[in-house]
Amino acid sequence: MKDFQSLTNFQLDALREMGNIGAGNAATALSELIGERVDMGVPHIDVRHFSEVPEIVGGSESFVASIYIKISGSAPGEILLLFPVEDAKQLLCILLKEHSILSRQTFDPLESSALMEVGNILAGSFLNALATITSLKYIPSVPGFCADMAGAILGAVLHDVGIMGDHVLYIKTDLHFQATKHVGGYLFFLPEAESLETILNTLGVSG
Amino acid sequence: MGEVLKVGIAELKVAKAPVNLSSAGLGSCVGICLYDPRARIGGLAHIMLPDSNQARNSVNKAKFADTAVPVLVSEMLKLGAVKERIIAKIAGGAQMFVFPGASDFMRIGERNVDATKKALAVEKIPLAAQDTGGNYGRTIELCTTTGKLYIRTIEHGERYI
Repeated sequence: MKDFQSLTNFQLDALREMGNIGAGNAATALSELIGERVDMGVPHIDVRHFSEVPEIVGGSESFVASIYIKISGSAPGEILLLFPVEDAKQLLCILLKEHSILSRQTFDPLESSALMEVGNILAGSFLNALATITSLKYIPSVPGFCADMAGAILGAVLHDVGIMGDHVLYIKTDLHFQATKHVGGYLFFLPEAESLETILNTLGVSG
Repeated sequence: MGEVLKVGIAELKVAKAPVNLSSAGLGSCVGICLYDPRARIGGLAHIMLPDSNQARNSVNKAKFADTAVPVLVSEMLKLGAVKERIIAKIAGGAQMFVFPGASDFMRIGERNVDATKKALAVEKIPLAAQDTGGNYGRTIELCTTTGKLYIRTIEHGERYI
């Protein structure tokens, strides 16, 4: 595979379906953790130039909390979870039952650790679903946490796929919590170019 | 507010006063600002990787420190800059995520800064100022009238270099 841009619609559909099942699994896991209903949107799959990616999450300078997990194994890649800061704070309120969280912009160690655990659960269940569908082995790293400008975070994550080309393939899912408040977030699944080929082969839609 | 050209990730642009150049959300990426104070011509490259030789696809010169600097210089010369007058200011190169047992891969910010300095040395461009490292993102704007580089962060203040 030369570049992500050469993917056919049929292949994109197969990946979208895979993302759908993975994200469904992740939403169920999160729902069990917080004891509330979690809805997810239809996964969006796209190939974009690097410079366009920050716009997807509200611009380079938008303040977001992120959990980053590297995937090793037979199909290496990355998972990045992004929550706008207000949404991350709302989520922490639900998790920690502590309302003073909302009055601060920063994240203390307990809060960042709680969010990393959320990342762990979401990524783990997402990858479990992928492993079942593709019969490949995905090994998640320990999560990393960072709250900062979306562009800065994406740049730090995208450089790994940047060695291959100028475009990135991502599967993005919106997660919504059906509590009294609305909480939204994004799950990015970023396979490396060679992993993508491996995944497409196991799905039976190789080019 | 004058006109500001935005330079996205893995892009580079040049401008003449009063048009300023800015890059939002530099993390491990480095913003390389070149400036000719007499001609008031500036250039900004938002690089994300240190070395084009390690990449399989190195068509986009603005993505790598080693290839972005010479392209930026030649674009500035086209606008009327004089190479001997060009100075550099750089910002970025942070380490956004900290993992236990961080590998080479995670030190990308530091490697980007080192490669940028090397590329500037090759072109014999003096480094006038730098604001690099740390674990936070930066938004920068190069004022092409004064040569000042404005740096804004979320929790680490703002400054001019």
